[in-house]
Amino acid sequence: MSSLLVLAIIIAIGVVAFVIGRQRAAAQDTGKVKPHSRAHYHGWWAFLLAVLPAVLLLAVWDIGSSFYLDRHIHAALPERTADSKVASEALDASLVKSLAKGLRRLDAGTPLPATFAELQPLLIAKGVALASDTQDYMIPIAVDANTVQDRLGLFGAVVTFALSIAGAFYALRQIAPRARARNNVERLMLWGLLAASTIAILTTVGIVLSMLFQTITFFESVSPMSFFFGTVWDPRFAAAGSGGSQGQFGLIPLLAGTLYIAAVALLVAVPVGLMSAVYMSEYASRSVRSVVKPALELLAGIPTIVYGIFAVVTLGPFLRDLSAALTGGSPFIQGQSIFTAGLVMGVMLIPVVSSLSDDIITAVPRAMRDGSLGLGATRSETIKRVILPAALPGIVGAILLTASRAIGETMIVVLAAGVAANLTANPFEAMTTITVKIVNQLTGDLEFNSPQTLVAFALGLTLFALTLVMNIVALYIVRKYREQYE
Amino acid sequence: MTDIPLDTMAGAVARPRRDIGLKARYAAERRFRIYGVIAISVGLAFLAIMLITIVSKGYTAFWQTTVTLPISFDEKVIDPSNKRATDPSVLIKANYPKLAENALVAKLGIDPANKPMMLKLKGFLSEGARVQLRDIVSADPSVIGTTRDVNILAAANLDSAFKGQIDLSVDEARRKVSNQQIDWMNKLKADGVMAEHFNTGLFTYGASSRPETSGMGVAIIGSFYMMVIVLVLALPIGVAASIYLEEFAKKNRFTDLIEVNINNLAAVPSIVFGLLGLAVFINFLGMPRSAAFVGGLVLTLMTLPTIIIATRAALAAVPPSIRSAALGLGASKMQMVFQHILPLAAPGILTGTIIGLARALGETAPLLLIGMVAFVADYPKTPFDPATALPVQIYMWANEAERAFVERMSGAIIILLVFLMAMNITAIVLRRRFERRW
Repeated sequence: MSSLLVLAIIIAIGVVAFVIGRQRAAAQDTGKVKPHSRAHYHGWWAFLLAVLPAVLLLAVWDIGSSFYLDRHIHAALPERTADSKVASEALDASLVKSLAKGLRRLDAGTPLPATFAELQPLLIAKGVALASDTQDYMIPIAVDANTVQDRLGLFGAVVTFALSIAGAFYALRQIAPRARARNNVERLMLWGLLAASTIAILTTVGIVLSMLFQTITFFESVSPMSFFFGTVWDPRFAAAGSGGSQGQFGLIPLLAGTLYIAAVALLVAVPVGLMSAVYMSEYASRSVRSVVKPALELLAGIPTIVYGIFAVVTLGPFLRDLSAALTGGSPFIQGQSIFTAGLVMGVMLIPVVSSLSDDIITAVPRAMRDGSLGLGATRSETIKRVILPAALPGIVGAILLTASRAIGETMIVVLAAGVAANLTANPFEAMTTITVKIVNQLTGDLEFNSPQTLVAFALGLTLFALTLVMNIVALYIVRKYREQYE
Repeated sequence: MTDIPLDTMAGAVARPRRDIGLKARYAAERRFRIYGVIAISVGLAFLAIMLITIVSKGYTAFWQTTVTLPISFDEKVIDPSNKRATDPSVLIKANYPKLAENALVAKLGIDPANKPMMLKLKGFLSEGARVQLRDIVSADPSVIGTTRDVNILAAANLDSAFKGQIDLSVDEARRKVSNQQIDWMNKLKADGVMAEHFNTGLFTYGASSRPETSGMGVAIIGSFYMMVIVLVLALPIGVAASIYLEEFAKKNRFTDLIEVNINNLAAVPSIVFGLLGLAVFINFLGMPRSAAFVGGLVLTLMTLPTIIIATRAALAAVPPSIRSAALGLGASKMQMVFQHILPLAAPGILTGTIIGLARALGETAPLLLIGMVAFVADYPKTPFDPATALPVQIYMWANEAERAFVERMSGAIIILLVFLMAMNITAIVLRRRFERRW
């Protein structure tokens, strides 16, 4: 019996329990004793007791039985010898599993042929495509695995139903006018809320652990020294199964490119974003603001892939042709360059800077502004000498947050910055970044355990650590700043 | 104003007013204002240029050139040995392009024996004609032997030529359309046979190596699945987490940790979520690659912080008097939250959710890592089948060299932006309509 069907039946039991529980509680309310909880809380309590334990059991049972089945298949496989036709035991087992899955698609009662050569056309007729190195000896194992699986599934389903019904009965027997059903339900709800809020922690833990394990595996074949301080990035493509020749994985050129492009982007975004925030909060009339603010928000809502495509399809060729026209010959700006990528990324970040600094500028107390204006300072003097210095910590925090966005930005640089890992100071040449290399190393059919793939996780961890530090410092500064004026 | 009399008074009064440089200061004030205006104009100008270039490149993608030809479903071509009653595969393997070619030859009045002319005719009609005609025949085998008008897609190069995108002044050898083909095209155009139609294929076709038969059907379905998954998972979890943090959590180390975590997750680069999805969902839990389900999970984790932050702001904006009133009338804390606070905060939550969804819809980088850069020609039937997503489809077209793909890509961007704009406008309207200020 499939788990989904079992789940549906459990929920159906729960719904029945809910209805009965509510009716029973309502029937007991004769008006003599003031009931503690309203009738539907009794219903909900019955529903929860019928469903929750059973679902937990089902999940545990499913995971356990898949482990058991795995071991069962491994035990049934013939001993591995030198002339085994399949490369590894794991592959052997996975072939059996897909064969077993395929056999389920056959019509019941079809006589099973003994060789795979005869079986294959039957399976293909049902739309099941299997690897051609499936062996004859796997067929009985697969049949056996299916029966074991059926038996486990059936047993599990029966036990879960029993638990579900028992839970429902227990809850229904508890129903009494003074029973504290509401408290029970609310306690469970509180646990649910708490569980939901821990997902954020689980995600962070998941990110760190998943990348950490792969990074440790990576450092087994490449030393951390040559990764963090290497100046050459040349991973050498390793096709699946070739074993992989050792390449060089130097982080420095990627880090340099990342920081260079981010610096160019900030050089564009910070002055423009800050000035527009100042203008919007201090000068703009209400009508101007009502038009410009949504337009800038629109700029923030455009996906980064669109910026990247604009950079590579329109701006890059334009700048290249422009530079060619200026020198009258060969262009000095390449189609993909640090300048192009940084410029476009800077434009993308303008609304980020301006909305962050807008919040910060409006948080400066009115009194400071009025005091400065009252002493005869012009508006620009007030902004430059009073408001901006007062807002400085907050603005630094905002710039740090923006910088972390710039470092982690992917699609713009994938399209517009280039893939060659150069170390250059010329902003008109191509350079590559950490994020570009993560994408490059992980798209395509690579063998998962080669250093060529694992390096992406080391890069990812570096990126995560870099942005984490910046974010935490920035959030700390912004928070401190807010408290200062509250 | 006050400094105007200075020079006239210079001789009369012994002590001139102290020069406090008002002129210079006002000039500085003006300059500062102008900088502000320039900054805003730069942002807006860039937005305008970007939108204009994309729309001007992409609007033609919504039309596609077709040739209406009277196709005679000739039995001699489809089933020369008359075996279709016993072997249905004949109808699948038949030489359908020949049918279209025959019709075109008849229409143009070319002598089929004229080999050089026939050679030039190659690449006039799309290879998609094969599928198109095959579908007609397999849907209704009785058409064999009859003649019927069919709109056959023109090849991508002819489509570009028809739209006037190919520079005909370039030497014939260096462009992809020959003069003879242009002549035929003009002849067919004059006959009213060759014309542009609304390009429904752009919305329905899957991946294809030919521009004229490739579309975003698979990508739209994939994106739709992902958005549903994000909505179903991220909204309840996000709201539950916010309620706990805002209404129930005591201020202690643990809640501080959760808070820092959420704020940090909101600023973690999206590609890191892709790495998480690859390592945990695909490698560790063994979920299928390229599936919309995994994409949905990754985007859910990415969207959660946005929703939580928006929801907490909405909950915090509900005034304490409402809480006190509910508690005072005997509601439990849970009842107070779910029956009073939550409905009042709903517009804010909804706005935050829509903005989060819009961000998720435009997100590309994490999807690249979980293998959604895939050539998927068939519609995904379930979220577990291979699929692509709208922005990923755009990325894949961006990597194609042919100009017709660039046109499709720009068209796809327009569609994506329309979706996003619709979502954002809905969010703004909701906010305006239902927002309450206490």
